[in-house]
Amino acid sequence: MTGRIHSIESFGTVDGPGVRLVVFLQGCPMRCLYCHNPDTWKMNGGTEMSVDEILAQYEKNHVFYEKGGITVTGGDPLVQICFVTELFEAAKSRGIHTCLDTSGILFRPDSPEVLRQFDRLAAVTDLVLLDIKHIDPKSHIELTGQKLDPVLAFAQYLDEKSVSVWIRHVVVPGITYKQDLLYRLGRFIGTLNNVKALDVLPYHDMGKGKYKSLGIPYPLEKVKPLGKDKALAARQIILSGIRDQRACVLKQPLLSSHK
Amino acid sequence: MKQEWRFFQPGEWEREINVRSFIQKNYTPYDGDESFLADAAESTTKLWEQVMELSRQEQAAGGVLDMDTKIISTITSHGPGYLDKEKETIVGFQTDKPFKRSLQPYGGIRMAEKACADNGYKVDPEISEFFTTHRKTHNAGVFDAYTPEMRACRSSHIITGLPDAYGRGRIIGDYRRVALYGVNRLIEDKEEQKMTARSTMYSHIIRIREELSEQIRALKELKELGSIYGFDISRPAANVQEAIQWTYFAYLAAVKEQNGAAMSLGRTSTFLDIYAERDLKNGIFTEQQIQEFVDHFVMKLRLVKFARTPEYNALFSGDPTWVTESIGGVGIDGRHLVTKMSFRYLHTLKNLGTAPEPNLTVLWSTRLPENFKRFCARTSIESSSIQYENDDLMRESHGDDYAIACCVSSMRIGKEMQFFGARANLAKCLLYAINGGVDEISKKQIGPKFRPITSEYLDYDQVMERYHDMMKWLAGVYVNSLNIIHYMHDKYSYERLQMALHDMNVTRWFATGVAGLSVVADSLSAIKYAKVRTVRDENGIVVDYEIQGDFPKYGNDDDRVDQIAVEIVHAFMNYIKQNHCYRGGIPTTSILTITSNVVYGKATGSTPDGRKAGQAFAPGANPMHTRDSKGAISSLASVAKLPFSDAQDGISNTFSIIPGALGKEDQLFMGDLDLDLNLDGSLELECGYNKSCSIPNLMAGLDRE
Repeated sequence: MTGRIHSIESFGTVDGPGVRLVVFLQGCPMRCLYCHNPDTWKMNGGTEMSVDEILAQYEKNHVFYEKGGITVTGGDPLVQICFVTELFEAAKSRGIHTCLDTSGILFRPDSPEVLRQFDRLAAVTDLVLLDIKHIDPKSHIELTGQKLDPVLAFAQYLDEKSVSVWIRHVVVPGITYKQDLLYRLGRFIGTLNNVKALDVLPYHDMGKGKYKSLGIPYPLEKVKPLGKDKALAARQIILSGIRDQRACVLKQPLLSSHK
Repeated sequence: MKQEWRFFQPGEWEREINVRSFIQKNYTPYDGDESFLADAAESTTKLWEQVMELSRQEQAAGGVLDMDTKIISTITSHGPGYLDKEKETIVGFQTDKPFKRSLQPYGGIRMAEKACADNGYKVDPEISEFFTTHRKTHNAGVFDAYTPEMRACRSSHIITGLPDAYGRGRIIGDYRRVALYGVNRLIEDKEEQKMTARSTMYSHIIRIREELSEQIRALKELKELGSIYGFDISRPAANVQEAIQWTYFAYLAAVKEQNGAAMSLGRTSTFLDIYAERDLKNGIFTEQQIQEFVDHFVMKLRLVKFARTPEYNALFSGDPTWVTESIGGVGIDGRHLVTKMSFRYLHTLKNLGTAPEPNLTVLWSTRLPENFKRFCARTSIESSSIQYENDDLMRESHGDDYAIACCVSSMRIGKEMQFFGARANLAKCLLYAINGGVDEISKKQIGPKFRPITSEYLDYDQVMERYHDMMKWLAGVYVNSLNIIHYMHDKYSYERLQMALHDMNVTRWFATGVAGLSVVADSLSAIKYAKVRTVRDENGIVVDYEIQGDFPKYGNDDDRVDQIAVEIVHAFMNYIKQNHCYRGGIPTTSILTITSNVVYGKATGSTPDGRKAGQAFAPGANPMHTRDSKGAISSLASVAKLPFSDAQDGISNTFSIIPGALGKEDQLFMGDLDLDLNLDGSLELECGYNKSCSIPNLMAGLDRE
């Protein structure tokens, strides 16, 4: 089976544990205002590559990846869920650590067919980097063009399946860099038992050049990049939300469960 | 056993000059971490402030603070020089004061004159006259023997950077021998070697006898250098301070005699650690004192300076001395060679601040102790000043007591030396193949009048065939130029002191080199996988190329092009081997233009890979800038395919990376992030939104909704 590949980074160090082969898949249903990879949006672009070709590239330099593995990102890799599933199945059979970087936006808990596909994928996924864009349903649509529900449902689904998750969240001035939102996000994360890490990223505008070359107007022209220290402060607030939520569970287990 | 050798494990090293045996019998591998290290002593800080002040003055003066114009530098030419005699625990400068550059005319008087003139000084007319009329220099000898073809290749830059007007360098004396044995024992050994030289006077025997006599003379002068500074180095060093001082005197004598292209130090840290361990055990010195000695030693190495011309500095992008020191590695018995002294050397980057010299080079092996690896990584991040070389690769052919000269040339210390050969411009050679030996810039016929390519579009097989012919020709001119150069260097500017610190029978590497490899690989790939159209001037000479379509580029772990690079290196090495090499030299090649790639690019016209005339080549074996699009590992994998067996003098890859691309907070995620939830504490918290907002310091600067 082949997938449409946007590009491959052979030395990925920030998308999962260790040094990783990072495969960027083509296609994304989201249109996040701060997206820095607009060149991955189109569903029909990219270069076709087979599972074997990608694994061959991995094997050639496997000594570098001994403590790492493969990460699939995008775009949103779940646009090509069948391909990702086959890639991960093949990778797992060779003992390679698999990591999925997604927004979860394509999760459909009420469709048995989709669920079966997700079950197959979850069975061969070691880690999910779950990117929660915005915790407020209305703002989520404004920011990404898509609904929030599938994202939260996907997070809970991964919890049920006991798939490890690292939560990612980008803090953007005026959009997500707000104490109430950050705290609410923390409260939600606190309901999950499979979260191993929290990665709070400051908004940057390094994608600007790509918009220009693609002839797309840059939506956040007036927003300034956020400092690392601000992202750290935001992280502390999310953590306080997680802490409070877990304390609630300990004291009043019935009140806090979202399930 | 000698008094100075008390507590050392005996071995072969007592009966013969054999530093390796001494190290193997006596060193203590260190697996611990860096917590034992001492900060800079007060004297170190004070001295370094003085150095920084002199550096500022030197900058203000335009790059040179002072120069000798009357005194020809020899081992004993100057009285003692100090920064601050009271504070210095390791002493000695090239002249009678720091920052004063010595006059070294034996490589070539014109170069010496020009180095002075360009910096606003004038060599004493009597000295100029002497070295023009009465005493021939290396440079004069070479030009007496060069053929017109060699001169043409030189001025068109298809062969560049030849050491024909300056010292060849790249020779590492085993400076440790002076510390371990003392000079007297080394002189005895050389006398004995002279006795064993055969008695029928063939010319090469005569030369060996003359050279050994010169070596003995140099060793006697080395003793004299010691006494100028008040030390008796005829005997072995008795403690770590003396061992460092003796070693440094030997190195100092070398740089007083030779202004070589690279004057590397060798592999001294683990050797010196044996003395440090003995002194620590016997309470002779403390860790603080030992670090102070090391800091002062390294400070001296940073202050090695030569008189050079602006052109020379342009070629090497700076004013490098290549005081390379090789650290770590693994022994052939499986024990690693990391000692506390390996840490102390790297720690100078903290105590003295970062600096490009001495060129601290870690001989990297997967089997180095974990603590040392971490320390190296951290020091690299903080200083960007460590060079790494693959010990697992080099140990196979060079054993476990080799060192790096310059940036990548490995040689067994005291047993192997090399004839430095600069490099041939393989990219320009490809253009000659296309234009039938006509230079694309000067339009002169430089190479042989082979048939040029006359078609509009380039055909891979045809270009390859012509290219092989042209490489074969180039290798011939190149090796023969080097034969002349090294014959004359031995004759007029022999490294007596450095060779005195070698065995009698040394292996000589004949070190050729190539530039422009990635340009050639991409050019040939473009010709093979895309369509390359020639653009000709009014005389039909190809001056530019137009590429239609895409092609695989070197640096993306793509065999279609990487194998072209491999094939070219292998082919050129074979053409080199077809030639006679001076003095039994064993031919090798290197792919290592770490800095001179800019100059080579300037002298080369447009190439079929789309690179425009004058644009810089990539350094060493690097892929061309921005053409590697798959990330670092793919880029490195392409370079790693180049066969070491065909490029034994070394393959370099210059690698820079922004800290963020190396992972978060300068480290890779190696497992789960610590969520720092402090759940015990949170049990105390009341449930509810309001409580969290009572943590005001977390909220500072946040938007309020």
